[in-house]
Amino acid sequence: MRYTSPTTVDEARSLLAEHPGSRVFAGATDLVPQMRSGRPAPPVLVDLKKIAQLMSVTHENGQWTIGAATPTANLTRNHDFTAMFPGLSEAMGLIGSDQIQNRSSLGGNLANASPAADSVPAMIANGVQAVIATADGTRTVPVAEIVTGPGRTSLADGEFIVEFTLADTPADTSDAYLRMIPRTEMDIAIVGSAVRLTVSDNIITDATVVLGAVAPTAVTVPDAGAALIGAAINAGQIDDSALNTLADAASAACDPIDDKRGTVAYRRRVAGVLTRRAAATAVERAQNGA
Amino acid sequence: MTVTDDRPTYKWVGTRPIRHDGYEKVTGKARFAADLDLPGQLHAAYLRSPHGHARILSIDTAAAAGMPGVKAVVTGADFPDLDPTDPNFDVSVNVMARGTVLYNGHALAAVAASTRAEAAAAVAAIQVEYELLPVILTLEESMADGAPLVNEHNITKFVESDGPSNLATSNVVERGDVEAAFAAADLVVEREFDTAYVHQGYIEPHACVVDVGPNGKADIWASSQGHFMVRALTASVLGWETSRIKVTPAEIGGGFGGKTTIYLEPVAARLSEKSGRPVKLVLTREEVLRATGPAPASKSRIKIAASNDGELTAIDCWFGYVVGCTNDFAGLVGAMSVASYKFPNLKLEAIGALTNTPKSAAYRAPSAPQAAFAIESVIDEIAQTLDMDPIDIRLRNAVVEGDPTAMGMPHPRIGFVECLEALRDSDHYRSPVPDGAARGIGAGFWFNIGEQSSATVNLNEDGTATVITGSPDIGGSRASMALMAAEELGIDVYSITPVVADTESVGFTDVTEGSRATFSTGMAVVNACRDLIEELRARAATILGVDLDAVTWVDGTAVTDGKDPLPLSAITAKAKSTGGPLTVTASLNAGGAGPSFAVHCCDLTVDEETGQVTILRYTAVQDAGTAIHPSYVEGQLQGGTVQGIGWALNEEYIFDDAGSMENASFLDYRIPVASDLPMIDTIVVEVPNPAHPYGVRGVGETGIVPPMATVANAITRATSIRMTSLPMSPPKILAALDTD
Repeated sequence: MRYTSPTTVDEARSLLAEHPGSRVFAGATDLVPQMRSGRPAPPVLVDLKKIAQLMSVTHENGQWTIGAATPTANLTRNHDFTAMFPGLSEAMGLIGSDQIQNRSSLGGNLANASPAADSVPAMIANGVQAVIATADGTRTVPVAEIVTGPGRTSLADGEFIVEFTLADTPADTSDAYLRMIPRTEMDIAIVGSAVRLTVSDNIITDATVVLGAVAPTAVTVPDAGAALIGAAINAGQIDDSALNTLADAASAACDPIDDKRGTVAYRRRVAGVLTRRAAATAVERAQNGA
Repeated sequence: MTVTDDRPTYKWVGTRPIRHDGYEKVTGKARFAADLDLPGQLHAAYLRSPHGHARILSIDTAAAAGMPGVKAVVTGADFPDLDPTDPNFDVSVNVMARGTVLYNGHALAAVAASTRAEAAAAVAAIQVEYELLPVILTLEESMADGAPLVNEHNITKFVESDGPSNLATSNVVERGDVEAAFAAADLVVEREFDTAYVHQGYIEPHACVVDVGPNGKADIWASSQGHFMVRALTASVLGWETSRIKVTPAEIGGGFGGKTTIYLEPVAARLSEKSGRPVKLVLTREEVLRATGPAPASKSRIKIAASNDGELTAIDCWFGYVVGCTNDFAGLVGAMSVASYKFPNLKLEAIGALTNTPKSAAYRAPSAPQAAFAIESVIDEIAQTLDMDPIDIRLRNAVVEGDPTAMGMPHPRIGFVECLEALRDSDHYRSPVPDGAARGIGAGFWFNIGEQSSATVNLNEDGTATVITGSPDIGGSRASMALMAAEELGIDVYSITPVVADTESVGFTDVTEGSRATFSTGMAVVNACRDLIEELRARAATILGVDLDAVTWVDGTAVTDGKDPLPLSAITAKAKSTGGPLTVTASLNAGGAGPSFAVHCCDLTVDEETGQVTILRYTAVQDAGTAIHPSYVEGQLQGGTVQGIGWALNEEYIFDDAGSMENASFLDYRIPVASDLPMIDTIVVEVPNPAHPYGVRGVGETGIVPPMATVANAITRATSIRMTSLPMSPPKILAALDTD
């Protein structure tokens, strides 16, 4: 096994082209435990953290650009970012522990392709785009199109995520993310639910609901979003029948497995509960300009 | 906060000095077994069974032996076959399978190589042919008529047996007339309960380094709760004389009962003997969970009769413990913990059932937590039905000195009533239950034990002292030994160096278990100090030229009428001219261990949409007898409580149908994390144990007995659902709410 630390995207691209089967990493918070648990080590490891572009966060002209290897702690400590994306920030703040978050990255959380990755539903709900280094250039795709199944992505051999882009949130729009774990931290989501919505004159005018850990990939639930759009907000509370429809739609969208972490029935049920709660929080934030 | 009942005041006992081993612990200098490396050392790895139960038709190690770096390979054939009636037979077959693997994870070969990676690669090259046998995983399967044998060598203990069976033990205790009492009762409540396999969850995986020299003698460095136990069991499994083995105790990173037996040392010893090199063997976390000490799973049926004014008149209970693949689990005494209440009529039956799962091991008050969960739940239900305060109903029925235990012997002086009163009068219990929350109460006790201990006290030339014992310090016992010696000798606690010595440097000492170290080993230290004081008086008499009878020992000085007091340091300075070194050894088989009772109180909320429990406030009240070092007593109460909360809420072994553990990691075997818990408040009650010179009871185990019922009773009061199955994880609580 060989460790490499390129300083440019081009250098990384060349290394990957020269060494089929090699693997890129950022914080290695998934890679190291996987290797320790007996997964075969790749012949060449490509550490992306020495590439400045992958470690930077910029906010210009109404757009955020986030290097794919940037520690999530750099974002959750950035008050401008957390004020604009409280849901995405709380999702990143749930990954592992403080120590993990000083190394974990959005690029790693996405490319590891775990169905339970906390940041992924919130990134999809916020319409985050991924910029991917290809063999001879870059391509940009929505985050929702990256993961194709547990441990599987649409990235071709030699491709890697360079950065993410997302547009500023309007003042009447906000997001929230909730997950269910049996403990309070240091655990993996049994259900995750991200909601982003817009409130205009006490009516929800736009809404996106994305669930994690209830299907092979994070799933956008159009029926759940539709249940919210048009719902009236009365004294800060979403109309009850809309919430019931929302919860039912979220539960119905689940395609979970029974495993040591949770049963199908429990995941379905709690997906509805968390989505209701996340929607309520997102409305509160949107109405308070958060 | 301490409630003191007629307890004398002391100068040192009951104070809170910084522990003598604290510097090493907080700076990382303390040496745990895995920290030791010897020149030329090899690293070992195990081959473990991938099957829940199988006959080993053949093991071919030839390819593995030729792999890079490999220096030795062992299998069951490298160890003598003990007779099945040998008390260490089960330990022996668990250390290395002979002919049959009894559970998924059972060791059947091991390799020593230059690196751990080479050892692991060689393990993967060992070829084994198995003949699969039926896998028994549950109590019902184990006890079914005609069930296949889990372990063909198991003979039931305590009852007549006509050959091998799946029944490990069977105990029945009866007094009074249970049937008549039920017939006459105002109220009868009957419930069934079950609990899952749980692990002790010590942070430090088992580890040892073994160096067998050309003279055939073995030096062992190991983490355990008793290095004399390691020596004895290793000798037995290897078929060696005890004198061939020296065991040096490493610091221990948690045991909780799980390190009262051995897994590794004979394997590392044989590998070292075959290779001529030191061998280091360290388990992974996965191996710890798959192949070391869970506490038994259990089922129980409890039926209790009560009068309308809250007198508990009869109990009829049955406990079934799922003890794993072998039968050296001796913890059924825990079921005797029904004896917290007077119960004039009592019938108690307890069995152990074998399954093709890891051999269970002791875990803090072994088998009492399962029993207390059930009994304390039913008593809570009776209190609810009668609309009685849960403390009042316990006070009405609590055992006091002279009341019979389950086995009939009278309880000695105990502090159950004092604990109940301390909780009743506490700030926690007198505070209103927070809005949206509910409060639960639970109680329990553990007998504690005495056993054998030795201590040597050496006085140094300058009047300082070394206190040498054979009790591994798993909960602050070094500081407690120093405090008792300081009290006796009248010197500063920091002038005393407490040492845990190897098996060749101190007298035989039993395992640190049964909450016995501060009680029994402390008694040996006190006895040695008292003998030493007699010697000091004699030396002082010589120095002062007076009769021995004229010298008394007061606060670290020899006092004689008409002369200046002679401090200890003045006597030690003249040791050479008055008879030589001042050193005394005391050994004993301690009797008079005092039961320690506890009462716990918990406020919690239940999220009725997700089933998640949040503990808001928790108070543990326990009788310590006398708290020698109150901080470490409080630590024991808090530690036991936290483990009990984990057992109550999330911890469980999850097996697939073939007996493979699916959650063998701390990610999916969920012990509580710090943010899951409030600060655990403690109230240490001190009702001195009359059988100990300072009144010590021993506090290490009782703390884990009450939490499961305490939490369950609070959940019941929050939801109106009686939770009878552990763990009370969010999915189970939500399912119970849905079916209500």
